[in-house]
Amino acid sequence: MLDSADTTDRISEILEAHSGLEGPLLPILHAVQEAFGHVPQAAVPQIAKALNLSKAEVHGVVTFYHDFREAPAGRHVLKLCRAEACQAMGADRVAGAVKAALGIDWHETTPDGRVTLEPVFCLGLCACGPAAMVDGRLVGRCDEGIVAEVAK
Amino acid sequence: MKDFIIPDRDFGTPAAKSKQMVTLTIDGFDVTVPEGTSIMRAAAEAGIQVPKLCATDSLEAFGSCRLCLVEIEGRNGTPASCTTPVAPGLKVHTQNAKLKQLRRGVMELYISDHPLDCLTCAANGDCELQDMAGAVGLRDVRYEAVETHFRAKNTSGEANPQWLPKDDSNPYFAYDPAKCIVCSRCVRACEEVQGTFALTIEGRGFDSRVSFGAKTDDALASDCVSCGACVQACPTATLTEKSIIEIGTPSHSVITTCAYCGVGCSFKAEMRGDELVRMTPYKHGKANRGHSCVKGRFAYGYASHKDRILNPMIRDSINDPWQEVSWPEAMEFAATKMKGIQAKYGRQSVGVITSSRCTNEEAYLVQKLTRAVFMNNNTDTCARVCHSPTGYGLGQTFGTSAGTQDFDSVEQTDVVVVIGANPTDGHPVFASRLKKRLRKGAKLIVIDPRRIDLVDGPHVKAAHHLPLRPGTNVAVVTALAHVIVTEGLMNEAFIRERCDWDEFQDYAEFVSQPQNSPEATELLTGVKADELRAAARLFATGGNGAIYYGLGVTEHSQGSTTVIGIANLAMLTGNIGRPGVGVNPLRGQNNVQGSCDMGSFPHELPGYRHVKNDAVRSVFEGMWGVTIDNEPGLRIPNMLDAAVEGTFKGLYCQGEDILQSDPDTKHVAAGLAAMECVIVHDLFLNETANYAHVFFPGSSFLEKDGTFTNAERRINRVRKVMAPRNGYADWEVTQLFAQAMGANWTYTHPSQIMDEIAILTPSFAGVSYEKLEEMGSVQWPCNEKAPEGTPLMHIDGFVRGKGKFIRTEYVATDEKTGPRFPLLLTTGRILSQYNVGAQTRRTANVVWHDEDVLEIHPHDAEVRGVKDGDWVRLASRSGDTSLRAKITDRVSPGVVYTTFHHPDTQANVITTDFSDWATNCPEYKVTAVQVSPSNGPTEWQEDYNAQAAHSRRILAAE
Repeated sequence: MLDSADTTDRISEILEAHSGLEGPLLPILHAVQEAFGHVPQAAVPQIAKALNLSKAEVHGVVTFYHDFREAPAGRHVLKLCRAEACQAMGADRVAGAVKAALGIDWHETTPDGRVTLEPVFCLGLCACGPAAMVDGRLVGRCDEGIVAEVAK
Repeated sequence: MKDFIIPDRDFGTPAAKSKQMVTLTIDGFDVTVPEGTSIMRAAAEAGIQVPKLCATDSLEAFGSCRLCLVEIEGRNGTPASCTTPVAPGLKVHTQNAKLKQLRRGVMELYISDHPLDCLTCAANGDCELQDMAGAVGLRDVRYEAVETHFRAKNTSGEANPQWLPKDDSNPYFAYDPAKCIVCSRCVRACEEVQGTFALTIEGRGFDSRVSFGAKTDDALASDCVSCGACVQACPTATLTEKSIIEIGTPSHSVITTCAYCGVGCSFKAEMRGDELVRMTPYKHGKANRGHSCVKGRFAYGYASHKDRILNPMIRDSINDPWQEVSWPEAMEFAATKMKGIQAKYGRQSVGVITSSRCTNEEAYLVQKLTRAVFMNNNTDTCARVCHSPTGYGLGQTFGTSAGTQDFDSVEQTDVVVVIGANPTDGHPVFASRLKKRLRKGAKLIVIDPRRIDLVDGPHVKAAHHLPLRPGTNVAVVTALAHVIVTEGLMNEAFIRERCDWDEFQDYAEFVSQPQNSPEATELLTGVKADELRAAARLFATGGNGAIYYGLGVTEHSQGSTTVIGIANLAMLTGNIGRPGVGVNPLRGQNNVQGSCDMGSFPHELPGYRHVKNDAVRSVFEGMWGVTIDNEPGLRIPNMLDAAVEGTFKGLYCQGEDILQSDPDTKHVAAGLAAMECVIVHDLFLNETANYAHVFFPGSSFLEKDGTFTNAERRINRVRKVMAPRNGYADWEVTQLFAQAMGANWTYTHPSQIMDEIAILTPSFAGVSYEKLEEMGSVQWPCNEKAPEGTPLMHIDGFVRGKGKFIRTEYVATDEKTGPRFPLLLTTGRILSQYNVGAQTRRTANVVWHDEDVLEIHPHDAEVRGVKDGDWVRLASRSGDTSLRAKITDRVSPGVVYTTFHHPDTQANVITTDFSDWATNCPEYKVTAVQVSPSNGPTEWQEDYNAQAAHSRRILAAE
C-alpha cells in the first residue's frame, strides 16, 4: 500500500504526462486506475485542481463509469453477462452457480482476494451466450466451470 | 404593509436575446417571440403552461424529465418543448389524447419512487411535483415499486441500501435524498448560476443521486458556498430552507433590497404574519437577476438576535452601567448634553457620522442634523475608510464620483481586470455573473497580492495574475500604462476625441519614462516584467476591457493616485462609454454610494457640491431655513484628533462601529474616551458603544422604508416588512433627536425626505417613490435629461467635459518593512462574514468562519517556527494582537493576510494611522508587522475584553 505522499507524486506524474491532451479526464482516470488498481479518493481533488474542475465534477465522472473502482479488485475479475441474449441461454443459472461456488455476491471479492465477481450488460458476444470475461479475456458459452477457468 | 403582486411566473427557459422575431401557432393561437426561444417559453408567453419538472427559466433547457412533450404538425414524434426552438409557421399542440397519456405515464414512474407524505412534507403547497401530478391528472400508480430510494427499510425490516439519510450539515438548508427526482436543476444552478460546481450527479441510471462534492463530502464539507441557488431551483422538498421546515410556507411577500454588500440584490421577503419565513432572490432585480449569496439569502437572523438592544439607554460616565430609559428621556438627556457641549466648547465641538448601512433618507437626515441643527459641517461617513479615494479619483478624471457601468455590462466584456478586490468573497453575486462571462470566453487579469479564488478555480483561470507587493499599486498601474503607451497600443482616436490631448501628451511623456517600465518596477513590485507586459497587451488589444476594483486599491496612502491611474488606463484604451467596458468600484457596504451621494462628507453638500459654493448653499438654505457654515467640517480622523486635543466633545454616530472598523484602535479609543457625549445609534452594543453615553436602538432593514444606492448607482427600494422592534425606524429616531435639539422637522414618511433630496440635488431630480414603484429601480443621474436614469455614464462625453489624464507618480508609503517589522500585513474579508461581523457573527454563518486567522506563507512560518493552527502574536508599531496562523501559499513570501470580522482579534490594533494623501482614507492594506509564536491572547486583548464586558453592563429594571 502506498502512503499518501507516494500517491500524490504518482498522480502528479500521471497529470504531467497528460498535460498536452485535449479532454484529458478519462485518459487520466484510466491511467490512475492502471497505476493503483482503483481511483483513490485522494486523487479526486488533485485531478480536479489540475484540470480546473471541481471535485464534484470529477466524482460525477468517476461514479458514472462502473469500471472505475473505488477500491482495488481481487487478483482476478470475473464478469458475467446479464443481458437478454445470455439470460435466454441460462446466464442466471450460471450466475447462481458461480456465486455459490465463490461464496460471494455481485461486486464482492472472495475473502482470500482471489476473485471479484461483477455483472456486465452485454459483452457483444450474444451469439455465444452465456458470455463472460475473465481478466479482460472473453469466454463464450460458459457454465459453472468458469470458476475453475478463473482459478487457473 | 403592502402585499405586492409579483410577476414572477416561471417561463421554463431563459429569454432569448435575438432581435429577429418568429411567429408560430400554439394550440391555435399565434405567438410571436424572438428567434431562439423554446416552444415551452413561447407557450408560456401566450399563457399556456406546458407541464414540466426539469425546466426553470433561470437555467438552460436540459430535456430530461420528458413531461413537457408536445406534438408539432409535420414532425415525427413528441419532442420536448423546452429543448425545441421555435421556427416560423410551426403548428404546435401542447395537449391531446396521446400527450396526456404519455405525460401521465411519465408521472406514474416518478411517483412510483417518491414518498406520498405530502401532508407532512415541508414543500406542501410549494411543490412542482405535486402541481404536475395535478396537472397531468394522475389518479393511480400502476407500478408497485420493489426497490425504492425513499423507504429506509424494506417490508421485512432490512435496511434499504438505496436509502440515504437527510444531510443537515448546512445550517440553513436540508438535503433529503428520499424526495429527490434527479431533475438536475440543483446541479445546473450550481454550475450555471453560481459557478461553484459543488454539486454533481453521481452514479448512473437508477443509482443516479445528487451529491455534494466527492464521496466523503457532505453539504458543509463540499465546495458549497451556500448561495441558495440549488434550493431555489429545487422543485420538490429535497433541498429546502430549514426555516420553511420549521415554520411552514409563507403567505405573502414584499420586494426589498439586501442590506449587506454594495451589489444591492433585490429580494423577496417572504412572510407569514410579521414573521420572516425566508428571503429569496427576486428574479426581476436588476443588480442580481435572481441570484443571491449566503449573507443576503440566509444570514438575516441577526435582526431577531437576543443581543439586539430594543430600549434606549443612557449613562453619565462610560464606567457606569447602562440605564434603560424611555425614548423621551433619552432624547432629553442627549439633547441637553449636546446643547451643553456646544454652549461650553463652541459650535464646532460636536459632529455626526452617517452610516453606509442605513438608507439614503437616513444618511441625508443625519448630515442635515449637523449642517442645519448643530450648525457646522462636521459630518463624515464610513465611506471615508473605504471608497473616499474613488470619489476623488473618478471625480477628478471623469467628473463624477461613481462607477461607470451597470452590472449587466459584464455580459459584454472581453477582458476583465480585477484589482485589489476579491469578488467571490466580498461581492459574491457579481462574482457569479463575472464567472459566467469568463466561462463564455472572456479573459481575466487579476492584480492582487493574494491568489484569490478567481485566479484559479473550477472553469475559471486568470490569464494573468500579477501578485504585487502590498503598497505598490501605483507602480503596477503606471507600468501597465507604460507598456500601452510605449508599444503604441493606445486608442488614439478615442483620446483625441474624448480627452484633452495636451494632458494626454504630458501623461504619455511621464509614463514613458524608463523608471516606469515594468522592468524597472519589477524589483519594487515583485511583479514579473514579461507577465505585466503580456497583461497590458491583452487589456489594450483584447476587445471590451472593464476594470473592477475594490478596497485593495483605495485603502492605501496612494489610494486616490491608483484610482486616477485606473481611470487613465480606461481612457488610454478607449474603454469608457459603452456596454462591456468602464471603471467599476465594488462598494463594500450596501449604501456606500448613497451615503456619499447624500452629502455625508464634510466638504460636500448632497450631490457632491462643495460647501464653499455660495449658489449651492443658498439652495439648501432656502429649503432648510438656516444659514449653512461655509467652511468644510472635520473628517473622522480629524474629529478623533480634535477630541484627543480637547476641542471636539460630542458625536452622534449612526450605524457604524468606528472603534472596530477604523485604523489604529488605540487612537480611536482615546478619542472616544475624551468626548463628553457619544451617542451610538445601532442594533447592538457595538465596540464603539463601550465609549458611549447614549444608546439609541436602531431598526433593521426589514423594519423601515427607504432606499439604498448600490455600486452601479442603482437606487433600490427598501420596504418595511415588519414594525420596528425598537419602536422607531432610524430616520424617526434622528428626527426625534433633531426635534429635541429644537428643530422643526415633520417628516411622516421617507418618501417626503426623498422628495426634498430630489428638489435639492440635480442628479436626483427625477427620483421619487412613485417612479421607483413603477420602474423597480433607477440609476442616477435621473432628471429631465435622463428621466429613466442612466445605466451607462460618459457615453458621448465625460461628465466633466474632456477626460483628464493626471500623472501618477509612485511614492512609496512611509509604512516600510525593516528589521523589527519585516512582513507586510494586508487585510480583507471572507464570504460568510460581513465587515466588522456585527450582523453575520450573530447568525449561523459562524460555522464557516468563527475566528480571524493569519494567512502566512510556509517559508515565513518555517523560519519563525510557526505551525498551522498555532497561536501567533502579530505586532506592528501601533500595537499587537494574537490569533491563529493558517499556513498557505495563497500569500507570497513576505506577505501575511487576515480578516477583521471579529472583535476578539481587533486586527485594527495593528493598522497604522497612515492614510490617503487626498482623502485620509486609511492605509489598511499595508502594515509592516512581525509574527512570532505565542501562547494565546495578548495582554491588550484581555484588557480590552475586560473593559468591554465592564462597559456593557445594563442595570436590571427596577
